[in-house]
Amino acid sequence: MKNNEIIIAGFGGQGILFSGKLLAYTGLVNGYEISWLPSYGPEMRGGTANCHVILSEEPVASPLVTKPTALIAMNLPSLKKFENAVVPGGVILIDNSLIDATVERTDVTVISIPATRMADEIGAKKLANMIMTGAFVKATGCTDFDGLMKGLEKCVPAGKADLLALNKKVLKMGYTFGE
Amino acid sequence: MADKVLMKGNEVIAEAAMQAGCKLFFGYPITPQTEISAYMAKRMPKIGGTFLQAESEVAAINMVYGAAGAGARVMTSSSSPGISLKSEGISYIAGSDLPCVIVNIVRGGPGLGGIQPAQSDYFQAVKGGGHGDYHMIVLAPSSIQELADITQDAFDIADQYRMPVMIMGDGMLGQMMEPVSFSNRKGRELPEKTWAACGTEGKRKHNIINSLYIEAEDLEKLVVARYEKYKEIEKNEVKWESYMTDDAEIIIAAYGTIARVAKTAIATLRKNGVRVGLIRPITLWPFPAQAFADAAEKADGFLTVEMSMGQMVEDVRLAVNGKKPVSFFGRTGGVIPTPDEICEAVMAMKEAK
Repeated sequence: MKNNEIIIAGFGGQGILFSGKLLAYTGLVNGYEISWLPSYGPEMRGGTANCHVILSEEPVASPLVTKPTALIAMNLPSLKKFENAVVPGGVILIDNSLIDATVERTDVTVISIPATRMADEIGAKKLANMIMTGAFVKATGCTDFDGLMKGLEKCVPAGKADLLALNKKVLKMGYTFGE
Repeated sequence: MADKVLMKGNEVIAEAAMQAGCKLFFGYPITPQTEISAYMAKRMPKIGGTFLQAESEVAAINMVYGAAGAGARVMTSSSSPGISLKSEGISYIAGSDLPCVIVNIVRGGPGLGGIQPAQSDYFQAVKGGGHGDYHMIVLAPSSIQELADITQDAFDIADQYRMPVMIMGDGMLGQMMEPVSFSNRKGRELPEKTWAACGTEGKRKHNIINSLYIEAEDLEKLVVARYEKYKEIEKNEVKWESYMTDDAEIIIAAYGTIARVAKTAIATLRKNGVRVGLIRPITLWPFPAQAFADAAEKADGFLTVEMSMGQMVEDVRLAVNGKKPVSFFGRTGGVIPTPDEICEAVMAMKEAK
C-alpha cells in the first residue's frame, strides 16, 4: 500500500469523472483513505475535464493534487498541462489513439495504450476510460483485479447492474494490456 | 458504524439536513452549490417535505422567514452573490429571533465574480452582511464527514438559541467526494417552540413574529438582551482544532478546506525540521479567540492563510493582541493556495524574524 495521488484528465464526455469515482470506490473498499475532487470550472462547459483522486494510508490532508504520482491523460491538452507536475518515478498513462505526441519526461514510467481504438473494436468506444483505469491499477499495484472488481460493484448503482459485465470485460482488457 | 458511502459535499448537506428533521427547503440555483437543490428536489417529496425553487434568492429567504416563524425546521442555500441578496432577509430573521440554517458555498467575488472556491465572504458572514446589531453562528467544516455532522448540529444550535446559523464551505468542499456515514446522533434537548406563530386553535393568545420596534428604548432593550445571549454562545459554542501546536514556533491559522492544504504543508515543513502547527477555527463566529491568545504565549508568530485578500486575519490579530507578529498569505478570485506556496510563506516569515 502506498500513497497514490492521481490526476485523470481529458475531454468532457470521456468518463473522466467516472473513472475517478471508480478509483475512489476501489480505494474505499480496499482500506485506503480517499478523496475525489472534480474540476467544475469553465472547463466543465465543453472543453477539458479533470479530477483529482487520492488513495492514501493516512487521512487525506489537501484534496488538491499538485504533485501527482500518476497521470491518466486522455487528450493532448491534458498531457501538456500536467506532464511536468508528475513526481519523478511516477506514472503517466496516455491514450495514444488520441494523443499524437510522446511523453518528453524520462524520469517517469510511461504507458501508452490505444484505449479508444481498443474499446471501439469491441463496440464500446465510450469505455476507453475503463481501459485506462484497468491499466492504471495494474501499473501502480494499488490493488489487484479482484479489488478493482469490488470497487466496481460498489460504484455501479443497483439499477445499472446490467453494465457490470461489459465494464468488467473492458477493465480486464486494460489490466492485462501488454501481457 | 453505518456503511460508508461516497458523496459530494453538497449532497451531504442536503441528506444531513433531512436526517436532522428539515422538512422545508427554499432555494434558487447557483454554482457551485446547485446539487443541494437538486438532491432536495428529488428526495424531499419522498419524506413528506417540501422543496420549492423560489423565483429569486430574496423570495427564498423570505419563505424561510415565514416557515421559521411558524416553528418549522427550514433551510436555504446559495453561493456568494445569492447570499448578498439574502442578507436583508437574514437581518430580519435575526431581528425576529428565528432559527434557520443558511448554507453558503462560497465562490470568488465581488460581484458575480467567478465560480471557483473562495473564502472572501468571511466578513459578510461574521461581521454582518445584513444591517443592524446582530450575529449569526457561523460553522466552517473542512471534511465531508465533518460537514455531515455539523449540518445536523446546525439545526439544533439554531433552535436552542433561536437564531440563524450559517454553514460556510467553499466550492471545493461542495464539489468533492469523501466517504461519509450518517450516524444516529443524539440531538440536543431543545425547548418547545412556544413562540411560534402556528395557529392558536383559540386556546392561547396569539404569537407575533416581528422585527419592528418604533420606541428606541424598546429596541435597545431587545438588542441588549440579544447580546446577552451572544455572550452565552461565546461561552458555550466555540469550536476549533489544534494540530501539532504544542511545540510549534509558527502557527498557521486557516479554516475549511484551506486548513487541509495547510496540513499538507505542515507535513513537508516538519520533515525539514520546521516546527509548525495549525489552529483551525470550526466556529468562525463565535471566534476561538482564546485559543489564539493562549497559543501566543508560546509560539513565535502566526501565519493566516485564506482564499481571500485577508479577512479572518483581522480576528486573529485581535485575538493575538499584538503579543506576536501575525502575517498573512492568501490567493483570491477562485485560486487555491498550494502546499508549496504555504511552505514558502512560512519560510519567509521565519527568515524575516
